[in-house]
Amino acid sequence: MNRIQEKGGIGRKLITGFLIIWALIQLFPLYWMFTFSLKDNSEIFGENIIGLPRKWLWGNYTAALTTGKVGLYFLNSILVTGCTIVLTTIIALMATYALTRLVWKGRKVVNNIFMLGLTVPVHASILPILIILRNLKMTNSYQALIIPYSAFALSMALLIANSFIEGIPKELEEAAFIDGCGVYGIFARIILPLMAPALATIAIFIYLQAWNELMFAVIFISDSKYRTLSVGIQTLSGTYTTDWGPIGAALVIATIPTLIIYSLMSVKIQESLVIGAVKG
Amino acid sequence: MEKARRNKLAIFIFMLPAVLLFSLIIILPIFMSSYYSLLNWDGMTKGTFVGLKNYMELFTSKSVNFPRAVSNAILLAALSTFIQLPIALFLALVLARGVKWEKTFVSIYFIPVLMSTTVIGQLWLKIYNPDYGLVNVLLRSIGLEHLQRVWLGDKKTALIAVFIPLLWQYIGYHMLLMYAGIKSMSPELREAAKIDGATEAGIDWYITIPLLKPVIRTCVIFAVTGSLKAFDLIYILTNGGPAHASEVPSTLLVSMIIGRNRYGFGSAIAVSIIFLCFFFAIVIRKLFKTEEVV
Repeated sequence: MNRIQEKGGIGRKLITGFLIIWALIQLFPLYWMFTFSLKDNSEIFGENIIGLPRKWLWGNYTAALTTGKVGLYFLNSILVTGCTIVLTTIIALMATYALTRLVWKGRKVVNNIFMLGLTVPVHASILPILIILRNLKMTNSYQALIIPYSAFALSMALLIANSFIEGIPKELEEAAFIDGCGVYGIFARIILPLMAPALATIAIFIYLQAWNELMFAVIFISDSKYRTLSVGIQTLSGTYTTDWGPIGAALVIATIPTLIIYSLMSVKIQESLVIGAVKG
Repeated sequence: MEKARRNKLAIFIFMLPAVLLFSLIIILPIFMSSYYSLLNWDGMTKGTFVGLKNYMELFTSKSVNFPRAVSNAILLAALSTFIQLPIALFLALVLARGVKWEKTFVSIYFIPVLMSTTVIGQLWLKIYNPDYGLVNVLLRSIGLEHLQRVWLGDKKTALIAVFIPLLWQYIGYHMLLMYAGIKSMSPELREAAKIDGATEAGIDWYITIPLLKPVIRTCVIFAVTGSLKAFDLIYILTNGGPAHASEVPSTLLVSMIIGRNRYGFGSAIAVSIIFLCFFFAIVIRKLFKTEEVV
């Protein structure tokens, strides 16, 4: 690579120094969260505010998971996020195939309408969706989150899928057709397997959106049985106002999956967010 | 094959779920919201049609203070554009030159973007805590006791205290977009300029930044529309308080819907947010266009 090694070493050191300080600014709250999740109040509130914990108090995690119900919220988040990813991906891949490879009047227009969804703020839909859900007696259920999340993730999923399907040569489809495959067969046996790399990108996008979503979750869910982590933690911090350790533990639990996924595929994640932004 | 591609039934089956989901959850609600915004309605009884009365109230009511919420959001948009984006641009330019641990820095700066806003909100709630929070503890320890404040509860500081984590969280996002944009430019350009005797800063200023304009435009649009839609962090930190000091349109919308069951009025706020987002997106596009002509 064109790494520049110039004589002006001082400038370079200054810049590296600045970059390191900036990295600390970006990471410090994270570090603080990990350390205070393992401390008791006397350390957090005075004796040892920013150091590593003296006694590693894993009890905070047990407290958060059991009495704080974070275990339940965590499973709810996994369920909601997982279903949203599966549902959106299937729907988006089907539609992408019809929009790019099947021939029909008006497909360009329909595609453009879907792309408009990228700019529609969720605000427009909250109240109407709440009323629809209420009429269907579906508030306080997993569907109450999965369906709206899927709808709002759909445009981005389509965008990503569209850009990936371009790379699959039409000749492959023609060949399969000559071998006696119908459109459904071609979709299932040729397109789906070749779209695998797009799946990761789409899944990452939806994961970030659904795992972190707060507004819908606040409005559509009031029963603690269906709370996801983002709302659950809100309630938790209301009940544990003076005991910071378990809250810290809950915050760590909510963050760990994201950090694990990020450490495994940071490049892929960065790519998928750039694709989403630049094409959108 | 061409005939198979025109299979009407297949097209219908493949499109149906997407069209259904999209029209029911995204298209239809926009029309519903627009209609609701013309009603006086609490969601339980039958609403009465009041025309544009909700919008009139929106802009005149002192107790709701919608103009204040909008001006707060616009202030946030301005801070994002003129503080967050320049920092992001600087980081992207420096990193893209090829420094030591380039990829590591990029990855680290991006971490806050991925974290849930709820988590970040809770952390900053603790950072601002008046008794044990890091800010006041730090001020005490360096002898500046008199500067201590109830950061989120003080009308004078609440707004800025809420904005700091918002700006902090998304710097990495804009940095990444710009960094990727710079990296996709052909390196020969840089090399050629260097052979002609240009300095690093000169190359950035005269070559990289102009070429980066489309990406910067995208970032400005995201920063501005994102500010107009901002909800999570503000909801967690202050919920718009104290006394509307840190109110933005979204927090007002949610408190009207959940807190007061004012569905018609809430819908008028929702429609205004959508309108503002589209309005500013178009204005920004126009601004960048005229600049390109000059």
